[in-house]
Amino acid sequence: MPKVAPLTQYATRLGDDALILGQRLSEWCGHAPTIEVDLSLANLALDLIGQATHFLGVAGDADQLAFHRDALDFSNCLLVEQPNGDFAQTMARQFLFSTFQELYLQALASSKDERLAAIAAKGVKEVAYHRQLASDWVVRLGDGTDESKTRIEAGLDWMWRFVDELFEMDELEAKLAKERIGVDKSKLRAEWDRRVDAVLADATLARPASRRPVLGGRRGHHTEHLGHLLSQMQFLQRAYPGATW
Amino acid sequence: MVSTALSWTAGASASTSTPLGARDTYAGETPAVQDIRALLATIPDPEIPAISVVDLGIVRAVDDGRVVVTPTYSGCPATLFIEQSIRRALDEAGFVHVRIETTLSPPWTTDWISDEGREKLRAYGIAPPPLGAASASLRNDTHAQCPRCGSMNTAEISRFGSTPCKALWRCNACAEPFDRFKCH
Repeated sequence: MPKVAPLTQYATRLGDDALILGQRLSEWCGHAPTIEVDLSLANLALDLIGQATHFLGVAGDADQLAFHRDALDFSNCLLVEQPNGDFAQTMARQFLFSTFQELYLQALASSKDERLAAIAAKGVKEVAYHRQLASDWVVRLGDGTDESKTRIEAGLDWMWRFVDELFEMDELEAKLAKERIGVDKSKLRAEWDRRVDAVLADATLARPASRRPVLGGRRGHHTEHLGHLLSQMQFLQRAYPGATW
Repeated sequence: MVSTALSWTAGASASTSTPLGARDTYAGETPAVQDIRALLATIPDPEIPAISVVDLGIVRAVDDGRVVVTPTYSGCPATLFIEQSIRRALDEAGFVHVRIETTLSPPWTTDWISDEGREKLRAYGIAPPPLGAASASLRNDTHAQCPRCGSMNTAEISRFGSTPCKALWRCNACAEPFDRFKCH
């Protein structure tokens, strides 16, 4: 692989997280349990795709990066590419990610890179709403019926093995964190645990059992789900390169 | 295509946190800048045409050579349309040399919606956002006033509505649903 500048790689990671989750959420459009939920998920998707456009714009040409890379070149974390499953599984994923993303962007808003700082400061206001929506649903499902509780438990159980990767630091990110351009994500873990545990307690849910963490997204090692997502997302630009309307 | 330059921080003149009202005058402003400002005050927000882009607080700075705008939300689909509308209006008025710049920082807040804009929103049937967006406690707990009957006996139906900037509420007094501009 050609040598890519650290900041470019970092902005791509940030953009890929937002892009892939935004695309996942958009799959609910027209299928959500109620019209209000449908609108909510579409709004979340829109915020995330907007953030992705800005982050990928720092890395290069956002459209080119979104539509003309293969799975191996995507550097999103594995959590965001996980399938929607049922509504509870989607909410489990959103709750874990938004709680993380809010803390992450809050810290990134003080980045020495003014572009990253500006995108983060704008995004964190949006993500606060995402975290609130997902937390509310985790409580509602967990403290709801036997059926809803079983489903949110299964959703959290599916997603939990991808949590450690959110806080993973490698050489690239350690270097950028040291330069105060990036964020030391490992330092966000304690607060994330505290916030997640508080919502789980409210939801009368137990923290899922620890599992062997699955890592690799940042290095392009993805689950099989990403390829399917890309085949949908990229179809039009692959079939008709440069198409606009 | 619209030619816009993306800058990441607003210049000193744009970092003010007060809304730029359509009728505000600024010391030392040239007649051209006043004309541009007046022109911008006639450009409606495409999703809420009752208010102008100036009322909405997304015009951050105007000078002889440029208009600086900021998006409301990161992914607001109206952003490009707004830039095109501004470009067209500037060109038609002869300001072909005036550039449009987009800035993300400082991030837009509903506190920048002008007083006039708030009144127009209310008249249009949208409850304006409470002031004090920076204070998180104000965000969602304050009750919206029904824009139709004025009752405070209202409830949130959905925190996300038909556009990124609105939530869906219901009035328990007159039983009408209404949009509320989200505090942001």
